[in-house]
Amino acid sequence: MSKKIADATIPIIPLTARFQRWFGRNLIRVYMVLAFTYLFIPVAYTFAFSFNDSGKSNLIWKGFTLDNWKNPCGAPEVCNALANSIKIGLLATIFSTILGTMIAFAIGRHKFKGRSTSNLLIFLPMATPEIVLGASLLSLFLVFKINPGFWPTVIAHVMFCISFVVVTVKARIASLDPRLEQAAMDLYANEFQTFRRVTLPLVAPGIAGAALLAFSLSFDDFIITNFNSGTVITFPKFVYTAAARGIPAQANVIGSGMFFLALAIVIAGQFVNRRKAR
Amino acid sequence: MGKIRTPYLLLLPGFGFLFVFFILPILNLAQTSTQTAVGGGDTGQYEQTFRFQNYIDAFVENKEQFGRSFVYALIATLLALAISYPLAYAIAFKSGKYKNFFLVLVVAPFFTSFLLRTVAWKQILGEEGFVVPTLRNIGIISDSTTLTSTAFAVVMGMTYNFLPFMTLPLFASIDRIDPRTLEASGDLYANGFTTFRKVTLPLSMPGVVAGTLLTFIPAAGDYVNAAILGSPNTKMIGNVIESRYFKIVDYPTAAALSFTLMAAILILVTIYIRKAGTEELV
Repeated sequence: MSKKIADATIPIIPLTARFQRWFGRNLIRVYMVLAFTYLFIPVAYTFAFSFNDSGKSNLIWKGFTLDNWKNPCGAPEVCNALANSIKIGLLATIFSTILGTMIAFAIGRHKFKGRSTSNLLIFLPMATPEIVLGASLLSLFLVFKINPGFWPTVIAHVMFCISFVVVTVKARIASLDPRLEQAAMDLYANEFQTFRRVTLPLVAPGIAGAALLAFSLSFDDFIITNFNSGTVITFPKFVYTAAARGIPAQANVIGSGMFFLALAIVIAGQFVNRRKAR
Repeated sequence: MGKIRTPYLLLLPGFGFLFVFFILPILNLAQTSTQTAVGGGDTGQYEQTFRFQNYIDAFVENKEQFGRSFVYALIATLLALAISYPLAYAIAFKSGKYKNFFLVLVVAPFFTSFLLRTVAWKQILGEEGFVVPTLRNIGIISDSTTLTSTAFAVVMGMTYNFLPFMTLPLFASIDRIDPRTLEASGDLYANGFTTFRKVTLPLSMPGVVAGTLLTFIPAAGDYVNAAILGSPNTKMIGNVIESRYFKIVDYPTAAALSFTLMAAILILVTIYIRKAGTEELV
């Protein structure tokens, strides 16, 4: 329909004015294209250079190869770092999701003395710069003569992930219709049955989202990890130390792989949600 | 009876954990910050002497880096706001059924490790990248001008890395605006600009406040962008704290700096929230 109108007006309006009108009408689209280009430039660069036949230092384009993708562990330290990151991420996710969900239920479902203090205690770690969290925890470990390493890193990650889990799960609990639980009670379900059969399934997507968020925060964390991991190398830590002398292309393969994996999970999640909604 | 206890039982493990690994470390940090070296030498041993002068010494010695941290973080926050607001607005009001798709697109770049992306910027803006030679050919920058190892690169890196922390809360609050309020404003003869200033912006204020805080706080304490994209002339307070811990092993100064940074941020945040007048942050 709009095409017809445009065709009808072509002969009257001069070219510059037509461009101005097009631009005015599509300004927001042009802007979105520019903004998303900006967001994706480094991702595209990382992806492109994962195919670089580069040898040790992946700085200059030397030709296309699939070798890096066929053998991502060709630079063994990359895979070691990745394995550590995944282990730490999974442990941190499990603990922080359990602890955070319990807090979220307490704050979201109960009125009790000290509720606003609880909210503050959840907000504070998010309002504290990472470097202060990392440095202070390291000082504590040093006082108790605990060497930084694998478990101190897990503890550090659980600590900063809890708040994000609480906020995410709490939002989900707040959006629940309390009448659904009342209905379950009316149908003679006891408190435990109501929780297990009604409340928990309804909150589950929020918990799953919180767990994904916790994992990605843990997986991508550098500053707090750098303070508390000692000699354990995680993936971000590996990239940071390797940055000075050039990062092997295998790191780009891992980075791009994570990108597509996460994208697939998000799209699958949307799909499941939509089917459920039907 | 059991009902009253339930919330406390639910809170106990999580808050116990936070007490031991968040509150105690902060208290310990405060305690470390007033210590002095045993015998005044480089022994790496420290004792409590309640030397509050540590704070003044640490601040005076590093006031340049402090200033830089807050200025860089402020510029990065304002840039992120300027970039994110139209984007969040467009996604909320102009993207129709593709709303979720565009939201995923905003978050998607952040599935690639943020260090990899920062290193990618370093290479894109570096001498071997394509930006610098192009700009030199057009004549926008001279042959001796570089983009990496500059304040520009550091601020740009910070803006980029914290962008979704700005876009997502902005989107959340713009998306809640009822489009009919904007139509009503137009019906009352407000032009586009007046509608934005009097209706859209005030209604999206919670998002602006949350977004600027979520961007400013990590940006002020960041040292990764400065380390990868900057030079010794762009060092931020985070770089100083890091090197005090790992290279110089001067824990009291590092603790005093960390504590000053945290206090400065908390004070700024409190003033800001008061001024902006929103309480619904958590």
